[in-house]
Amino acid sequence: MSVGIVSYGAYIPKFRIKVEDIARVWGDDADILSAGLMVYEKSVPDLDEDTATIAVEAARSAVSRHNIDAKRIGAVYTGSESHPYAVKPTSTIVAEAIEATPVLTAADFEFACKAGTAAMQACMGLVGSGMVDLGMAIGADVSQGAPGDALEYTAAAGGVSYIIGNKESEMIAVIEDTFSFTTDTPDFWRREGMPYPEHGGRFTGEPGYFKHVTGAANGLMEKMGTKPSDYDYAVFHQPNGKFPSRVAKMLGFTKEQIKPGLVVPWLGNTYSGSCMMGIAATLDQAKPGDRIFATAFGSGAGGDAFSFRVTDKIDEVRDAAPKVLELLKDPVYMDYAMYAKHKGKIRLA
Amino acid sequence: MSVARFWRKQINRYNIVGTHCKTCDTHYYPPRNVCPKCRRHGDIEPYKFAGPGKVVTYTIIHTAAEGFEMQAPYALAIIELDEGPRFTSQVVCDPKEVSIGMWVKPVFRKLGESGDKGMIYYGTKYVPDNDRN
Repeated sequence: MSVGIVSYGAYIPKFRIKVEDIARVWGDDADILSAGLMVYEKSVPDLDEDTATIAVEAARSAVSRHNIDAKRIGAVYTGSESHPYAVKPTSTIVAEAIEATPVLTAADFEFACKAGTAAMQACMGLVGSGMVDLGMAIGADVSQGAPGDALEYTAAAGGVSYIIGNKESEMIAVIEDTFSFTTDTPDFWRREGMPYPEHGGRFTGEPGYFKHVTGAANGLMEKMGTKPSDYDYAVFHQPNGKFPSRVAKMLGFTKEQIKPGLVVPWLGNTYSGSCMMGIAATLDQAKPGDRIFATAFGSGAGGDAFSFRVTDKIDEVRDAAPKVLELLKDPVYMDYAMYAKHKGKIRLA
Repeated sequence: MSVARFWRKQINRYNIVGTHCKTCDTHYYPPRNVCPKCRRHGDIEPYKFAGPGKVVTYTIIHTAAEGFEMQAPYALAIIELDEGPRFTSQVVCDPKEVSIGMWVKPVFRKLGESGDKGMIYYGTKYVPDNDRN
């Protein structure tokens, strides 16, 4: 049974902080940082936004884009590393808010930045086996970066929701195949009760990101017998602009193929939403028949690769919900003091 | 607010679900179990509101209650839904943007929380609907 994306929806908070405003506080050179990271600004959540509210907004956008009867959704899985509760699912809040309850299964996923794509794979299994009619997979985060840490320049907020189904007549993109590559690699972690993650600095690069992204991407192309030139577009997890650009070149993809999905320079790293946001931005402009290659990365560590073929249905539903570039328009900029307030870095006694 | 008290009206807060009296065609939000106009002759049914509305009047909160200090200054408005009911809600934007008669649309936000250990309360707030203003 074939499986595919029936709908998708994205949400990005309206606030932004520029890299230069963060660099000014910590005495860093903003030009060197921006050039190195290929990130110029990042999204910041409002004071009353968190992973649950972002997940709900993305889920509602996906439901309304294809006018889905939410009662058909038999599974809601939310991937995040910033779930508002340590114990109490974000996914039940989402399911109730989209009126999919009570006949469904729900759970929260965690695998650093690839929890959302792991949720997509779980939904593929459920709809592919016929256990459920439609499954919803969400990647959403209000990412944490300790004050002064390198992560603070990129840790952003946003979320994306995909509705996965098994009826080809409904699909906007067929998922041709998926492949995962996973090892126990401690490149990034956050211990229970700790407010900010720790990371292995440069160790997150070669043994983490590049090994697992290339492992998953090459594994999928080998499994399918495809090559980079068979695809119109490619998306890779984007913790910054440099890593996906470099890994694309290593794998044989061109700058033009990754351009539509490379949203990190003006958004930052939305962690569990990162690769999924790139796929959404690519679907926003893909044509029927286009093929999209995507690989998510999650620290800890693993890569999930996907091959999509866009169908004629995309033209019917694409404009029915806000596109990623529209969500990035007209941001409200804030200085570091307001950013610190929004991110809970200022505590009242 | 107790967990049970919030939970009982949770669906109403998440999706603006109120009630409608079929006898006099009046919509209510928050929901009413009895129509105050028709009383024993009323015929109440659940009703999901479309969501959009406009600001009837508003105030700017500068001295916030406990738990809302970080959000001050913020706008608290009486919203009138397209179907008629009026209720109080926060309008999430720069307080300088708020005006009487402006169109607003619902968003899903945190309404509050019971300290660091307690429950987080989610529901509907409003933002300016720039497509209609």
